[in-house]
Amino acid sequence: MENILKVDKIEKYYGSRSSLTKAIDNLSFEVEKGEFVAIMGASGSGKTTLLNCISTIDKVTAGHIFVGGFDITKLKGNELNKFRREELGFIFQDFNLLDTLTAYENIALALSIQNVSPSSIEQKIKEVASELDIKDVLSKYPYQMSGGQKQRVASARAIVTNPKLILADEPTGALDSKSSKMLLEKFNYLDELGATILMVTHDAFTASYARRVIFIKDGKIFKEIRKGECSRKEFFDKIIDVVTLLGGDLNDAL
Amino acid sequence: MMLCKLSLKNIKKSIKDYAIYFFTLILGISIFYVFNALDSQTVMMDVSSSTQDLIDLMMTVLSSVSVFVSFILGFLIIYASKFLMKRRNKEFGIYLTLGMSKRKISLILFFETLFIGIISLLVGLGLGVLLSQAMSLVVANMFEANLTKFAFVFSSSACIKTIIYFSIMYFLVMIFNTVSVSKCKLIDLLNGAKKSEKIKLKNPYLCIIIFIISCIVLGKAYHMVTVEFLTLQEVTDVLKPIIMGVVSTFFIFWSLSGLILRIVQSLKKYYYKGLNSFTLRQFSSKINTTVFGVTIICLMLFVTICLLSACLTMKNSMNANIKKYVPADAIFTQNMNMDKYYDDYRRYGYNDSQIKNSHYTAKEMFELFNFDITSYFKDYIEVNTYATENLTLNHTLGSKLDSIRTQFPFLAYDSKEPIMKISDYNKVAKFYGIAEYSLSDSEYMVIANFKSMASVRDIALKNGEAINLFGHTLKPKYDSCKEGFLEMSSNPINSGIILVPDNVVDEDYLIYNHLIGNYKITNNDAIMEIENNINNLTKNPKASEYLLPSGSTKLAIKEATVGLSAMVTFIGLYLGVIFLISSAAILGLKELSESSDNKERFKMLRKIGTDEKMINKALFRQIAIFFMLPLTLALIHSIFGIMFAVKILEVFGTDELLPSIIATAIFIVIIYGGYFLITYYCSKSIIKERY
Repeated sequence: MENILKVDKIEKYYGSRSSLTKAIDNLSFEVEKGEFVAIMGASGSGKTTLLNCISTIDKVTAGHIFVGGFDITKLKGNELNKFRREELGFIFQDFNLLDTLTAYENIALALSIQNVSPSSIEQKIKEVASELDIKDVLSKYPYQMSGGQKQRVASARAIVTNPKLILADEPTGALDSKSSKMLLEKFNYLDELGATILMVTHDAFTASYARRVIFIKDGKIFKEIRKGECSRKEFFDKIIDVVTLLGGDLNDAL
Repeated sequence: MMLCKLSLKNIKKSIKDYAIYFFTLILGISIFYVFNALDSQTVMMDVSSSTQDLIDLMMTVLSSVSVFVSFILGFLIIYASKFLMKRRNKEFGIYLTLGMSKRKISLILFFETLFIGIISLLVGLGLGVLLSQAMSLVVANMFEANLTKFAFVFSSSACIKTIIYFSIMYFLVMIFNTVSVSKCKLIDLLNGAKKSEKIKLKNPYLCIIIFIISCIVLGKAYHMVTVEFLTLQEVTDVLKPIIMGVVSTFFIFWSLSGLILRIVQSLKKYYYKGLNSFTLRQFSSKINTTVFGVTIICLMLFVTICLLSACLTMKNSMNANIKKYVPADAIFTQNMNMDKYYDDYRRYGYNDSQIKNSHYTAKEMFELFNFDITSYFKDYIEVNTYATENLTLNHTLGSKLDSIRTQFPFLAYDSKEPIMKISDYNKVAKFYGIAEYSLSDSEYMVIANFKSMASVRDIALKNGEAINLFGHTLKPKYDSCKEGFLEMSSNPINSGIILVPDNVVDEDYLIYNHLIGNYKITNNDAIMEIENNINNLTKNPKASEYLLPSGSTKLAIKEATVGLSAMVTFIGLYLGVIFLISSAAILGLKELSESSDNKERFKMLRKIGTDEKMINKALFRQIAIFFMLPLTLALIHSIFGIMFAVKILEVFGTDELLPSIIATAIFIVIIYGGYFLITYYCSKSIIKERY
């Protein structure tokens, strides 16, 4: 299988020389095309920093990140924007929808900043809206939608550009359990369609929808488990076992 | 003390976001000071007492304008603090949850206002004092006074006035803040910060209908002040189109705010291109919440444009008029043969001997008073004017009289027309350096430069109305009045002199003798001494028996005009600057106060990979549209407003209109454009702060 994402010995330090914090400490992993990977860790474990580095929002202190074989740590200025615009799709915990635009316009924006012609925008949005079951809310504003709908609109915005990699940062963090479930099922569906998803979460239930879970502690990989042939329920139990092993902070995930 | 510290920190924190507000406050204070300190400039100048009177009058007018200005600035400050407060709801919410009492929050605000007030007053007055030094050059130039020496001027009265006026304004803001703090609820404060801006879309059909109605009303108002100008007789008649204009302006913005989005949305190709949808939404959400503000700004811009162009036109025209219509140093007019119309003159208040002793020319009359006027003159001419009850306006208008009378019922139709020999007039014309004319034995012509009167006369002249004068029938040579004048004046007010062939005139009907001359000396002080001597002749006991000639001199006309033109210019500039900075500041402030929301939005745009260039372009457009919208309508208003002003200012002549409009445009581009750029760069720096 082709490597979509290769994280190669990256390090990220914060602070000054006198009080140095290693948010990420020599971390490496790979994500293959079409994979659905969850990264778990407690608050402060460095998972969000990792995601920020991959999404080029933050810069690594050392090491390299390859997306589609291309070293993104070397990108600068507008190249970064271009990369983010064309290769990545983002889903955030707080949706990050523009409150002044309707759902349709929010999704369209991802396309229009790539200079996609207005005529093909409509077609693409229709497709992605039916995949994510948000046809009814397209003309609504964010404040008129439920959290689950908002997150599905945000997901639609992330995938409508056919990105190489979809990055999701605690996508269920602001959702109730029913909406979470629905969203994650959609993620599974997208995964089946061939999307590559990297999701950061501290919630074991959310992680159990992924096919592989990477646990991070203190900026290092603690453990990695794969779903393999087992059911989601069994995978969930396996995750819980590791969470128990990790102990402490992550208990709140239960 | 704690509260004090908190207030200081708050000011420090917000000074960057609200730089434009502080900047405007300081500018407002300094301008207020400069214009109220104008009179102190003149102290060091060498001006005549009549000029000093004019300056005193100007200061009286300027100080009442100042009251108006303080209302405008007060409005700006309260409006600004209203939405600055709104931005800080969350902060107040946190204070309240921490257990701070509302009284203490009010106290924090009190200190903030106090500090801002003190700082802005100090800086503003300092700047004002500096600006007023530069202003002294302008004042000197305006009054054509010699700046003998440079002296540092400081007007303590203006300073105290500024402090009092602005203290009142700040005090009102304090009251306003206290009231709004005491009214607010904690839950609203905390939730208020949450972005849940509801987008209320107005009914598009209602918008279209209101838009069309407003346009019609506005069109009617335009029509009333231009085409139907002559029907506007009283102040209340002018009030009607103004109210119509104000109301329709509001509703045009109201309906446009609902329509623009709809219209552009339907242009899918444009709407879904780049960040256009985002920019437009940003703009429309802003305009939705500021229809009232935008209306006020539009009207202030409109007033600024009209006021500045009208004032500059007046000033330039007046200066140009003096050059044009006051070509000689002095003209003295002597009433002659007054006994012919004995009863009339008695009614005007002349005494019996004055009327009977009226057979001297101006020169002879001066000599009678032992004053050899011509010895002061380098060169001079003497000409006569004639008149007869058989040639009044009634006669000149001839067959056109009735139709003209219905149109213009208030003209003095029974007044005797002044008549001049063509050779006499040509003497004057040569002396003045204006066009000379020639007539054949059976022709007459009319010279006039008062436009509205000339156009009335033109109706008759076009019709070829012949006149009968002393037994001669004369046909008009031209089908319209020609440029020309006899009496010197600061404005073109010659409403018509009939020029006829020399042989036609009957010397018995001589009523005025004119003596026109240029002084030998050029020194203003010396000329003033001569003219004072002439004025003092009225104290001579002979003056009760003999009527002295009345004179108008270049120096006197100039002094009268300079004061008026200075007053007009200063009022125009004063109000113009204040209106412009207030309106631009409100727009800029509105934009910048939303920068925290915008920051989030632009951050989102960056996260999904929007180019920096695209973001800057979107920001630029967003602000540009917001600034352009009120200006555009104000410009349209101004076209008609200036047309209206032109009609009112006709007396002064409006040849100088174009340069004034250009000057106004430059003025607006610099101030308004400057505010626009500052707003753009400030917002850019705010949204640029990375993650």
